[in-house]
Amino acid sequence: MSKKSSVIPKRNLEWFGIILSGICVLIIIALVFALIFMVANQGLATFFVDGVNFIDFITGTVWNPTVKNEATGLPITGAVPMIAGSFAVTFLSTLIATPLAIGAAVFVVEISPRIGKKYFQPAIELLVGIPSVVYGLIGLMVIVKFMRGAVGGTGYGILSGSIVLALMILPTITSLSIDALAAVPNSYRQGALALGSTRWQMISKVVLRAALPALMTSVILGMTRAFGEALAVQMVIGNAPVMPNSFFTPASTLTSVLTMGMGNSIFGTLENNVLWSLALLLMFMSLIFIAIIHLIGKVGSLEHTR
Amino acid sequence: MKTLTHEEHLAQIKKNKKSDKVATTILSIIVAFISLVLVSVIVYIVARGLPYLSWDFITKNPESFKAGGGIGPQIFNSFYLLFLTMLISIPLSLGGAIYLTQYAPQNALTGFVKLAIETLSSLPSIVVGLFGYLFFVIKFGWGFSILSGSIALTMFNLPIMVRVIQQSLEAVPAYQRDAGLALGLTRWETTIHILIPEALAGIITGIILCAGRVFGEAAALIYTSGQSAPEIDLLNFNLTDPSSAWNIMRPAETLAVHIWKVNSEGVIPDVDIVSAGTAAFLMICVLLFNVAARAVGASIQKKVTAK
Repeated sequence: MSKKSSVIPKRNLEWFGIILSGICVLIIIALVFALIFMVANQGLATFFVDGVNFIDFITGTVWNPTVKNEATGLPITGAVPMIAGSFAVTFLSTLIATPLAIGAAVFVVEISPRIGKKYFQPAIELLVGIPSVVYGLIGLMVIVKFMRGAVGGTGYGILSGSIVLALMILPTITSLSIDALAAVPNSYRQGALALGSTRWQMISKVVLRAALPALMTSVILGMTRAFGEALAVQMVIGNAPVMPNSFFTPASTLTSVLTMGMGNSIFGTLENNVLWSLALLLMFMSLIFIAIIHLIGKVGSLEHTR
Repeated sequence: MKTLTHEEHLAQIKKNKKSDKVATTILSIIVAFISLVLVSVIVYIVARGLPYLSWDFITKNPESFKAGGGIGPQIFNSFYLLFLTMLISIPLSLGGAIYLTQYAPQNALTGFVKLAIETLSSLPSIVVGLFGYLFFVIKFGWGFSILSGSIALTMFNLPIMVRVIQQSLEAVPAYQRDAGLALGLTRWETTIHILIPEALAGIITGIILCAGRVFGEAAALIYTSGQSAPEIDLLNFNLTDPSSAWNIMRPAETLAVHIWKVNSEGVIPDVDIVSAGTAAFLMICVLLFNVAARAVGASIQKKVTAK
């Protein structure tokens, strides 16, 4: 170390640090910008270069890019089936996972921190680390087979996809909810208990309310993960790009169509460009999720200061 | 609020106590249920695949059409990609985290940097993979290659790694930093010689956990490092030879991609055996990463604090 400081004079050392770490930050920002710009550029080509009408794209209920529409002479590229599929699996999986996750978080923080912190929380963190293809495989081997036996049909579909996703986002939401509940000041609990409330009254009327913005954030982060998950969903949803009209028939999501289609179409053609439009839509949705989280953060902090 | 009589009051207390008991029971059942699911997921994957994990299976080349293929190249590819990804992302995220914790002024620019990192963390990994395909595979002409794959994985990894290192650095008590500065050290010297050694346990634990995540990632790789695993020669150190294992310009299918590939597009007849074996191997690696993260973190902590 003493050698190094003799090479670089001390007054320059600070600049050295700033520049070195600043370069890292600039590289990260450049990558983020390159990503947003490139995907947007390629995704918008469908509308500006190939002349597909954006309204037709965003409201069309038929997806069949290999067939030309007689009237316009352009391939049929309605994105609604995939958008509906994505939202269906996202909401359904959140609906399944949220009560379980928040219930488990309450148990860990309020009921039995001894068992919870020592055994349950590390286990949950382990579950976060399981690769998504492994969840997809479990879906394929267990859930799809079970669905086939229980309701008939192929077993592939929105419900199978949602169960797999629920399994995936459960640890994410649980882990974040534990942090959210643990951040509630102890004085709140003591105050509630001193007023004579039972533990459940303290939890439901004080702790959960105080932690509400943070809990909502954790649920939305879970939804973001569900919305963007590609392979696990693609393996169990059945990959039929049609309007989903049942929980038990094959459907598709934005991510599943991208996963399947990108390799099967030629780069630069309309069939390929329209897939980039779907990717752009996916990216746009994750930006919206972030905006919602920021909004919740703002409203939450307002409530606290009031 | 109306005034309760003594009897009503007692009944109210009884009711409250009962709902407290009911709620506690329900919450306990939820935790038991989740634990059960967790244990069965791990046991199912490991127990199902373990019988197939012969020496043959983990060293042989995969088959495209016949039964009896192994996962030798995939195992090598997974570790090689992980190594390269870490080689790029550790310095980048360390630098980023140091900037954000030590130098970043409280202004709009810093907020903007944080927003960019947050955006990257929320982007679906398939979008990151597609960007890698567009930018590195097509625009730069690198093709499906380990290089494209490791940069895509770096992008997938960066936001979490920056956050983990940032948290570890922020967890160092402020007086340590103040003491360094008071002795006349620059912020850079304080960071390198005081903060990083102090935060090392947290940083390394975080890095190993990130490694586990990177190891299992597939969506960012299917269009960057590709879905094919050509036969490779570990002893061929000619880095431009396509058959050299160490060539970073060759396509490389990883374990996670292999599981996806054989199940969704593969035609091999023993897909159940291959995917069960591969999943068990992958799962064991991920479990080991988790155990290692805890063990290494604890031992470094011990060394640093016992001194």
